[in-house]
Formats: sequence, structure tokens, C-alpha cells
Amino acid sequence: MDAIAQLSLAAIDVVLALALVGLAAGALSVRSLFTGVVLFVGLGLLLALAWVRLDAPDLALAEAGIGAGLAGALLLAAARRLAGPVHRERIGDDEEA
Amino acid sequence: MPLLVRFLAATLSLAVGGLVAWAVLGLPESAGLREAVTAQMDRSGVSHPVTAVLLNFRGYDTLLEVAVLLLALIAAWSLRLAPPGRSPERPGLVLRELVRLLVPVLIVLAGYLLWLGAHAPGGAFQAGALLAGAGVLLALVEVRPLGATPPFALRLLAAAGVLVFLAVALLAMWGGRLLEYPPEWAGLLILAIESAATVSIGLALAYLFRGDEPTTHREGGERT
Repeated sequence: MDAIAQLSLAAIDVVLALALVGLAAGALSVRSLFTGVVLFVGLGLLLALAWVRLDAPDLALAEAGIGAGLAGALLLAAARRLAGPVHRERIGDDEEA
Repeated sequence: MPLLVRFLAATLSLAVGGLVAWAVLGLPESAGLREAVTAQMDRSGVSHPVTAVLLNFRGYDTLLEVAVLLLALIAAWSLRLAPPGRSPERPGLVLRELVRLLVPVLIVLAGYLLWLGAHAPGGAFQAGALLAGAGVLLALVEVRPLGATPPFALRLLAAAGVLVFLAVALLAMWGGRLLEYPPEWAGLLILAIESAATVSIGLALAYLFRGDEPTTHREGGERT
């Protein structure tokens, strides 16, 4: 029973590590800013899990709150400003109907 | 050209990563400063070792961290605002009701995390992040709960974390050294610093999201 628990934890760690690298690569290489930010937020949340696995719950809380949450919100706001007025008007026309 | 740059960057990253891994794997088995911290825990004023290190033993680093956040806010405030990125659509009913439900919960949770920091994972930065989350949500539905507060008071609140921290640090010099709290007062002093820092961090992060400076005339009629 204990061995199974150990093994599944190790499997989770491997998946976590691979997903982190994958998300980081995706966030950097994807073309759309919005998708990049979404991948970055996902990276932050998984990174919080990684901190939990490393027995650092304090860092996990800070990473989830500041690294993923607020940095994500800041990046989304910046991406929206960079997108310019054309994009926003199009959204507005869709929603107004 | 960009391909060459990419190749060089990748090679450099791999080299640095390999070097770091090699250095970490080569470290001798050691408990680090764990024993030194454990030995001094009963003089720190709190029972959670991370808080003891952050707010007492290495309070200097945290003081500078809070100051850096204030500097970032001042820098953002001294820049001119980018063209408004606010989406033209009105915030929908679902969003408004969700914010109405979430904001009080976030404020209570922030207070809980702040109090919890003394003996479990939590503390000023996490609590401040929750407050800032509430601020971001309110900004999304264009509610300005602090719209009637004088800008000077808001600026003072944003600086409160650094000011209280500095005041405590300097007060500790009276009969001691910088940031060396007397053990019997340490718990109370840490709570005071963390409370002020929570408000300042929350305000700073929320204002970094909004990007504008607190002013009297601009906010005027926008409150819902």
C-alpha cells in the first residue's frame, strides 16, 4: 500500500515537472498574447502545486495569489491595452446586440 | 540571425541550467540554518518558522521587499496612463453578482491569512494578494469603494507598510539594534507590521492593475 502511494506521488511529480516545462515553452512560443497569458497563469498554478510537493506551502500560497492571480490579471490588462481599440470595438458590437 | 540568437540562447540556458543542477547535486548534506532558527524560535514572537525568519530574523529583507513594491507603485503612478483598455461592454449581471458575493469573502479570508501567519503558512503578502484580488474584481465592475477617500489618505495607506515597518525598526534601536525587537513585544510588533503591510500590499497591487493615480476630480461621478 505504501509503495503504491510512493509510486503514485512520484508519477505526479514527473507529470508536474513535464507539464511545467511544457507550459513554459508554450507560453513563450505561442503567437497570441492572450493564449500566452493563459498558459502563464496555468504555469503559475501548477508551480504552486510544485511548491506544495516541495513542502513549501508559504511559497505555494504566494505563487498562486501573486504569481498566477495578480500577475496574470496585470498581464491580461496589458495585453488588452496592447490589442488596441479595433479589437475592443468588435467585442462591443457583438455584446451590444 | 534570429535563428542564431535562438540557438545561442538555448545553448546558454542549457549550460546555466546544467551548471546549477550540478552545483545543487554537489551540495553536502546539511540542514542549513534550520537548527539555528529552531533554537531561537521562542524568542521570535511567533510559532511559524517561516514568519519568524521573514519578519524577525531576516526582517531587513522583508522591509526592503515592501519598499520595492512601494517604489514600483510610485514608478507606475509617475508614468502617463496608457489609452484606456477598458472594454466598452457594461459588466454583466453574473459578474456583478459574483463580485458582490466574493469581495466580502476575500476580505475576511485576507484577515484570516494575516492572523494565521503567526503560526501557520500565511502572512502579509498572501493576505495582501487576496485584498488586491478583491480590488481587481471591483475595478472590473467599475465600483470604486475608495472613490470618496482623499488621495492623500490613499497614498499614506499605500506607504503605511513601509512607514510602520521602519518605525518599528527604528524604535527597536532604543535599547537594542535596528530591527531587533524585544522578545516580549515581538509578537505584537510583527502583527502590527503585517497588518500595515497587508493593507499597503493590497492597495499597491490593486492600483498596479488599475494603472491610474488616486485623484479627486477624475473619480467623481463614476461610482455605482
